Amino acid sequence: MEQGRRRTLRIATAASVLLPLAGCGGVLDPKGPIGSANLQILYGSLAIMLAIVVPTLIGAVVIAWWFRASNPKARYLPNFVFSGQIEMIVWSIPIMVIILLGGVIWIGAHQLDPYQPLASSAKPTEVQVVSLDWKWLFIYPEQGIASVNEAVVPAGKPVHFSLTSASVMNAFFVPQLGSMIYTMNGMQTQLYLQADKPGDYDGRSTMFSGDGFAGMNFTLRAVSDSDFANWVNSTKQNGPSLDRAGYETLERQSENVRPFTYREIDPALFHAIIMQLVPPGPGPSDGSAPAVRSTSEK
Amino acid sequence: MLGKLTWAAIPFDQPIPLLAGAIVFAALLAVIVWIIVKGHLPYLWNEWITSVDHKRIGVMYVLLALVMLVRGFIDAIMMRSQQAFAFHSQGYLPAEHFDQIFSAHGTIMIFFAAMPLVIGMMNFAVPLQLGVRDVAFPTLNSTSFWLTATGALLVNLSLVIGEFAKTGWLPYPPLSELTYSPGVGVDYYIWALQISGVGTLLTGVNFVTTILKIRAPGMGYLRMPVFCWTALASSLLIVAAFPVLTATLAMVALDRYLGFHFFTDTGGGNMMMFMNLIWAWGHPEVYILVLPAFGVFSEVISTFSGKPLFGYRSMVIATMAICIVSFTVWLHHFFTMGAGGDVNAVFGISTSIIAVPTGVKMYNWIFTMYGGRVRYATPMLWSVGFIVTFIIGGMTGVLLAVPPADFMLHNSLFLVAHFHNVIIGGVLFAGFAGLTYWFPKAFGFRLDETWGKRAFWFSISGFYIVFIPLYVVGLMGMTRRMQHYDVAEWRPWILIAAFGIIVMFCGMVCQITQLVVSIRMRHELRDETGDAWDGRSLEWSTSSPPPAFNYAVLPDVRGEEPYWQIKGRAIETQQLPDEPDYRAIEMPRNSPVGFITAVFCTFTGFALIWHIWWLVIVGLVAAYVTFVVFAWRNVEEFEIPAAEVAAIDRERRLARQAWLDARAQVSEPA
Repeated sequence: MEQGRRRTLRIATAASVLLPLAGCGGVLDPKGPIGSANLQILYGSLAIMLAIVVPTLIGAVVIAWWFRASNPKARYLPNFVFSGQIEMIVWSIPIMVIILLGGVIWIGAHQLDPYQPLASSAKPTEVQVVSLDWKWLFIYPEQGIASVNEAVVPAGKPVHFSLTSASVMNAFFVPQLGSMIYTMNGMQTQLYLQADKPGDYDGRSTMFSGDGFAGMNFTLRAVSDSDFANWVNSTKQNGPSLDRAGYETLERQSENVRPFTYREIDPALFHAIIMQLVPPGPGPSDGSAPAVRSTSEK
Repeated sequence: MLGKLTWAAIPFDQPIPLLAGAIVFAALLAVIVWIIVKGHLPYLWNEWITSVDHKRIGVMYVLLALVMLVRGFIDAIMMRSQQAFAFHSQGYLPAEHFDQIFSAHGTIMIFFAAMPLVIGMMNFAVPLQLGVRDVAFPTLNSTSFWLTATGALLVNLSLVIGEFAKTGWLPYPPLSELTYSPGVGVDYYIWALQISGVGTLLTGVNFVTTILKIRAPGMGYLRMPVFCWTALASSLLIVAAFPVLTATLAMVALDRYLGFHFFTDTGGGNMMMFMNLIWAWGHPEVYILVLPAFGVFSEVISTFSGKPLFGYRSMVIATMAICIVSFTVWLHHFFTMGAGGDVNAVFGISTSIIAVPTGVKMYNWIFTMYGGRVRYATPMLWSVGFIVTFIIGGMTGVLLAVPPADFMLHNSLFLVAHFHNVIIGGVLFAGFAGLTYWFPKAFGFRLDETWGKRAFWFSISGFYIVFIPLYVVGLMGMTRRMQHYDVAEWRPWILIAAFGIIVMFCGMVCQITQLVVSIRMRHELRDETGDAWDGRSLEWSTSSPPPAFNYAVLPDVRGEEPYWQIKGRAIETQQLPDEPDYRAIEMPRNSPVGFITAVFCTFTGFALIWHIWWLVIVGLVAAYVTFVVFAWRNVEEFEIPAAEVAAIDRERRLARQAWLDARAQVSEPA
């Protein structure tokens, strides 16, 4: 009981360092279970460390100041150079902190592994994500549609992202929803996220990917089930269709792309991208390596 | 004939780099002309460029580091100001410039500012502290320095001829592969680092050999100052880690030059292999930098507290523990790869384990001050500043080692703030502490304290004003390396950081002023005793600056802190030890081999970048021939006759005797 209260107190201390910023969005203002859980671990670890760091900082400054040469009241102990007891303590304190923190790390790394499905009665919405130079493609395999730089998902239900890259590495990140993950060409990563309430959440690439990187932003719109169904229906009505040829055009480098949607998709496209059955993004058009080259290597 | 090199390589359409390059070139030319006209060239050539004296080489390393530090800092100012402007706009730097600037900033600061700073201090202080005359391989040492200078030259050349890498300070493929980076930027990066990397590896070999094999009589391992221990740990890490860097960059070079597929998208390449390899070097590299920094602080805190280092053996164990554990943590740089809970947990825990020996060091420094008489000269200010700053940086580092926290903070400005927190607060503060601490030893006069303290206060407050806001915007989701952004909540913090860098700039101005003022007031600041700070280790027992041979007679070490004991005996008996039996000393001859080799390597590097194949071959063969000729030398040493040694040492003894007498006069009335 006492311990529990003390722990709450510590977490509150840690949180009070950061809470003034909580209204400012970002990872301190989570809107989903993963973000909240990550943040709780962040606060918990910070609290564990602050418990030792704050006294150490104060001790360091006080000792450094008190034992200044001009202080006649400070005792000069030139022979105080070793103490087995002190060594014992200064080794054990960090070791104990790290044992405690090690437990947090072990449990956190497993429970919040991005590949872990979320506990939910609802079936996750499948979204396939492809990072391109320099925009995001979201493919909805179950609905047969796709969108660029805007992902729409049902709120309150888990979303299962399968991710890859058309060219260079990127990282997919929606700060308010939680964990980020790399996208890599020829490989697939996975990520489960959930937005608890409807809303627009900023998303961006967090892995530098070239000149257009700063504009590689997207919006993740969490909407109610009925709004999601409406969005799917209206998306199916208009916009271009995404086939291999269309994808190879989309793959070319472009910056600050406005969101748009595809009414239908080649269902095997995502698989083809991962298996490199379509060539990777061509890179800069004025470069010495024209787009044709990567095709001929196949 | 000239490969890919054409007039198009010079950015006539881009005024900023062209102007900067022109100014630097003009300044360089002016200095060279001044040297030649004033007739300083023979002095420069004989006493510095061809010098194999570890002290001179150390000074040149530090000089290189300081010049590159200014260059890297200018990059930093450009980045901070760009982000201050680039809210809902493009700012004043287009992406292709901004990308080069942050890549150059990281590359220069790590390889050509921090590394030379640390290696320079090792060069200067380690042989003196061990009580010996030079390092194991003096000519190799000179070669190491000039190869590092070659790397720095190539990186700076990219400013005006061609471009620098636009891939970040570590060229992650596939972005760094030919498909996505067809320009010469990545090639500049590769060859600058390959050439300077050879120099660094040779330094590592040199210092491992020196510390293990060449020490004054009686200087057992557990009598070495902690700085020597940290230099040993750092050199061991260099020997183990730098070949990994060389191999990794060689693979990128093969991909780019010969169409290999180590890390490409196509042909079965795997970019994550690069990530693993580069961080297998990259994480030990952090400790290569920070361990000698810990060593400097150990020396400074002990000296200025008037006490031996607390828990010396504990410090040695902690140093070697960090040295080993640093090789088992590299995966924390890419927790977000999706390797799974087990892998992430193991590397998260191994990373936080490093906090244990580091924490122990912190406590031992604090207990060194406990019961001391702490004199707040500039080096001590930097040390206390370091303790406070590094504890905070270490804490945010352990936070990033917790995978779920890293999933939200990886690649954010929080991460940027963290590593600047430890590298500025650790390595750079150590550099400034070491510079003011050993400057009187190197030149015979102190640095001005007033300007030194101003520099400290501006730098440390500027540091916090820059990086606390970056921690905050990192938590708010701001990613590193953004050329522009449109999130209104970030703006105020970015503006505060921009103000902070102005404060840091004032710190830099104070540092430069300190140097200028001190050189002008050198007669007032002169230290005749050789023991400017009431030091404890051997380097303070010889004169300042030390003679070429360091010690007329190698010291006889009878315990920890040998000089403190010698000094104690002299004060007790009111006289110096008996005059020793002076013998002639053999010293290594100066040699232009290092310089000439580096000149040819510069040609080779430049030619590789621009595909000028004939010049590659000419440069390589010439560099090789230089060393073959050197290997066939007949005379490698020259003798300083006993009479000259005696004359130099008697002068030192006179100064020491004068110091003893003056000290007795002061203490008598009391």
